[in-house]
Amino acid sequence: MRLNTFIYYFREAFHSILRNSWLSVASIGVVAVSLLILGSSLLLVLNANNIADNLESSVEISVFLKDETTPEEVEELEDTLGALPGVAELKFVSKQEALEEMQDNFGEQRDVLAGLEEKNPLPDTFRVKTQTVEQVVPLAREMAAYPQVDQVRYGQGVVEKLLELSRWVRTAGLVTMVLLAIAAIFLIATTIRLSVFARRKEIGIMKFLGATNWFVRFPFLLEGMFLGLAGALLAVGAVYYGYLSLIRSIQISLPFMQLVTDRSLLMPMLEGLLVLGLAFGAVGSLISLRKFLNA
Amino acid sequence: MIQLSGVTKVYPNGVRALNGVSLRIRKGEFLFLVGPSGAGKSTLMKLLYREEFPTRGQIIFGGKSLVRMRPREIPYLRRSIGMIFQDFRLLPQKTVFENVAFALEVIGASKREIKRTVPAVLAMVGLAEKAEVFPDHLSGGEQQRVSVARAIVNNPVLIIADEPTGNLDPETSWELMKLLVDINLHGTTIIMATHAWDIVNNMKKRVVELVDGRIVRDEEKGVYRHEA
Repeated sequence: MRLNTFIYYFREAFHSILRNSWLSVASIGVVAVSLLILGSSLLLVLNANNIADNLESSVEISVFLKDETTPEEVEELEDTLGALPGVAELKFVSKQEALEEMQDNFGEQRDVLAGLEEKNPLPDTFRVKTQTVEQVVPLAREMAAYPQVDQVRYGQGVVEKLLELSRWVRTAGLVTMVLLAIAAIFLIATTIRLSVFARRKEIGIMKFLGATNWFVRFPFLLEGMFLGLAGALLAVGAVYYGYLSLIRSIQISLPFMQLVTDRSLLMPMLEGLLVLGLAFGAVGSLISLRKFLNA
Repeated sequence: MIQLSGVTKVYPNGVRALNGVSLRIRKGEFLFLVGPSGAGKSTLMKLLYREEFPTRGQIIFGGKSLVRMRPREIPYLRRSIGMIFQDFRLLPQKTVFENVAFALEVIGASKREIKRTVPAVLAMVGLAEKAEVFPDHLSGGEQQRVSVARAIVNNPVLIIADEPTGNLDPETSWELMKLLVDINLHGTTIIMATHAWDIVNNMKKRVVELVDGRIVRDEEKGVYRHEA
């Protein structure tokens, strides 16, 4: 492609944007708003997943043993349970240790537990961590089947709810993204359609002068891509600085909330938003051009 | 150079614009296409630059079949044809120079080429002094000469003119015809559809008359109409 032709493309695209300046501003604005919401929901999903991961890793199974279990049986069981697939960590907590732990938890009100030393009602327990949260329920069921096992606890319901919530956030985020992407593409398509319409006479002349279809299309494609990119830049700026100030204020008021600050996670997301903006612009223009410039 | 054989064109709305037309046009010819409105003159010309596609029949242009031509070859066909219309089709926001340069820009010519060619062509049509003027400030005759300049700036082998004098007064029309004859003398084939009987009668060129989509007359050194 000749440099002269390339300059022509850019000149035409920018003329067009200036000619439809209000519409261009509106399209940039809508792309910016959609990508802003997109970026925010991405951050939400990212953080929700992060919190879910943290919670998931703290979920453990408590396997309570029957009172009559002998120390030999305990040792044997420790080996058997520890070898089950999916078990990441297995810890034995004896009756005595369990009581001490409980007394520690009660702190100053430990008197309530006075007298339990003689007849300790707490059972021997295995505390099991699984490799993934999905393995908690099946492993708990399997362990409950052993004859020495009295009861199995894993915060029944909580794990299921957590899994459901995490899945729901992901799905809702995805649906929002798709809807907003469609809206942004549609708006750019409308802008380009008006731009093509405003220049239909010129396009007609170009075609009888022997311009190729790509020569006619390219300035409009550039125009759409520029609108998409400009909107994306605004959105990325707003998302980035908005998130930074959110992190700062949360660190002061809610220090226990762990927000994702990992640059290697955030930067690809911001770059992705820019690429998406460009893609929205390109797809939007191509939709309009396909209708107007056939043959 | 151009050969139409048994060409029929039926539009999607059922109108039969051309009906079995066969015509042979030699290189360097000057041909008038006459006939009442709706006889198929414009359709015949549109078929030549592949704005329309024949329903039946074959069209050969410079040894290539326009029927078998692929869509992406069409722009290159049009670069070898200059077009002149009754309504000039100039871009009002571009100057005379820019309007002519546009024909070179859209085919990817270099700035140097444009700077060299455009002034020469404008001088040829007598508009060298009006290069920086916008079309709206020109007379009809001058505007049509701009469109002639744009049509010839690529050195086309064929010029198609669809009622080019339709919006011009008789005197300006004659100036335009002199310009076209001059271009024709340089070897460019010219096909001109017209209702201007006095021009046809005075020029003594080949005349092809269309009525209801059929060629009813084709004569060398013809006249506009033979009175009964």
